[in-house]
Amino acid sequence: MDDLSGFPLKIVGENSPMVSFKRVRKAYGSLVVLDDLDLDVAAGEMVSVIGPSGSGKTTVLRMLMTLEKINGGVIYVDGKPLTHMAQGDKLVPASEKHLRARRSDIGMCFQHFNLFPHMTAIQNCMEGPVQVLGLSKGEARDRGEELLELVGMADKKDQHPSRLSGGQQQRVAIARALAMRPKVMLFDEVTSALDPEVIGEVTNVIRKLVSEHNLTMLMVTHQMGFARDISDRVCFFYGGKIEEQGPPAELFGNPRRERTQQFLSAVKEAV
Amino acid sequence: MFDWLFTDDWFPKFDWRWDYAWEILPRLIEATGNTLIAAAAGYLIALVLGLAFALAQRSQNRILTFFVREFVEFIRSTPLLLQIFFIFYVGPQFGITLSPWVSGMIAIGLHYSCYLSEVYRGGIDSVPKGQWEAATALNMTTAQTYKRLIIPQAIPPAIPGLGNYLVGIFKDTPMLSVIGVAELIHTANAIGSETWRYLEAYTIVGVIFLALSLPAAGLIRAFEGFVRRKLGM
Ligand SMILES: Nc1ncnc2c1ncn2[C@@H]1O[C@H](COP(=O)(O)OP(=O)(O)OP(=O)(O)O)[C@@H](O)[C@H]1O
Ligand SMILES: [Mg+2]
Repeated sequence: MDDLSGFPLKIVGENSPMVSFKRVRKAYGSLVVLDDLDLDVAAGEMVSVIGPSGSGKTTVLRMLMTLEKINGGVIYVDGKPLTHMAQGDKLVPASEKHLRARRSDIGMCFQHFNLFPHMTAIQNCMEGPVQVLGLSKGEARDRGEELLELVGMADKKDQHPSRLSGGQQQRVAIARALAMRPKVMLFDEVTSALDPEVIGEVTNVIRKLVSEHNLTMLMVTHQMGFARDISDRVCFFYGGKIEEQGPPAELFGNPRRERTQQFLSAVKEAV
Repeated sequence: MFDWLFTDDWFPKFDWRWDYAWEILPRLIEATGNTLIAAAAGYLIALVLGLAFALAQRSQNRILTFFVREFVEFIRSTPLLLQIFFIFYVGPQFGITLSPWVSGMIAIGLHYSCYLSEVYRGGIDSVPKGQWEAATALNMTTAQTYKRLIIPQAIPPAIPGLGNYLVGIFKDTPMLSVIGVAELIHTANAIGSETWRYLEAYTIVGVIFLALSLPAAGLIRAFEGFVRRKLGM
């Protein structure tokens, strides 16, 4: 492992970011997917991640959700190390116990929903709160019903996923993630598997979360218009690095890097 | 009414006697009960142990995984009959004396648990990776994930395989006759040695096995459908 002595044990200060990637590296064998990634996301900020296929967008989210181990650097959440833990005055790779304690700040929605097929919508939303947070069934049901209401799925709460459309399943998946009360929400191409006519029902839910809730969000998307609409900042990934980032009006309206310009015009042509 | 079929002049060696068949039927029906109990008890042991072996082979503990895998391979590569003899006859030399029934149940349960563990493993592997990832995103433990998500989803696709081995265990119960468990074959042998007539007893035993095995496939399929509906899948 590389030398971690340069990394702080915690990040303090009033404006400390909610999420902080510090020189994070990820490789599969000899294939380096992310190279010395530095990325901060402020509390309450909505950051969109765009870029060509294979540029490492999903990997960024999966590392933050602790679904992938990182090969270098440190990820901090809410000022405290996520991928590592303090041992004396040194950082060492996180134990499973540490991961379990720290990962509760993060929730994630997947491209293919990954709902539990043997449970109804409301049961999907109650599973985490009951099993992990230790809520009573009644409390979990109240919380789940409230969130299914928020995503407009209250009337389908007793349906199994196989009886729901893709858009409906994704909305239940959002409610399920929110039921854990995370501080950070991750969305990985949550509309990519959907029919065009139902994309709106999912993006509207995300819009609502942005305007009414103080969540920190990191969203990978191929919907440039949507990213432009709701993001505070857009990051363009290319070859495992952030090639360019900025407010959406700037990045989309006036991209400075040639690769960004090429990508955006290619996307525009495809639409 | 079919007596003419079995007369000496038509086919001299084939003398079936209905009155005798009726006479031995109650004893064979009683033995059927024993066979069913043996199959059910052995199967229950195999269902539980098989799941334990399947989970052990997937655990993070390399040593546990190694020993369980070798053990399963060993049991699958040696005959059930040998295992029955081993537990019943060799056990006492190590101070473990078990009744024929207990030895038989352990042997048959252990033997089939090794086959069932493979069926369970197939079912567990068939659960999409995304289910594990969703469980991690909800911060569930490995144990919670298995119990609440993976095993319930692994069972329906495993039911046909699990069901086949139920029929298999049923048809292997006669092996218990060698250590004196009074199941169907053992009883048929006893009847035969009392009267020197084997035809009726063995024929009835065959019919009983056939009658119980044949509907099994349909019942297993119906059960799978029932479980799937119950789980909403
Ligand atoms: N488990 C894995 N093993 C090996 N290589 C992987 C693995 N997962 C991802 N990769 C590789 O890492 C690179 C980045 O993958 P990633 O999924 O992050 O891309 P992406 O930007 O999300 O692409 P897309 O837009 O197609 O979803 C790709 O080259 C991919 O092939
Ligand atoms: Mg991706």
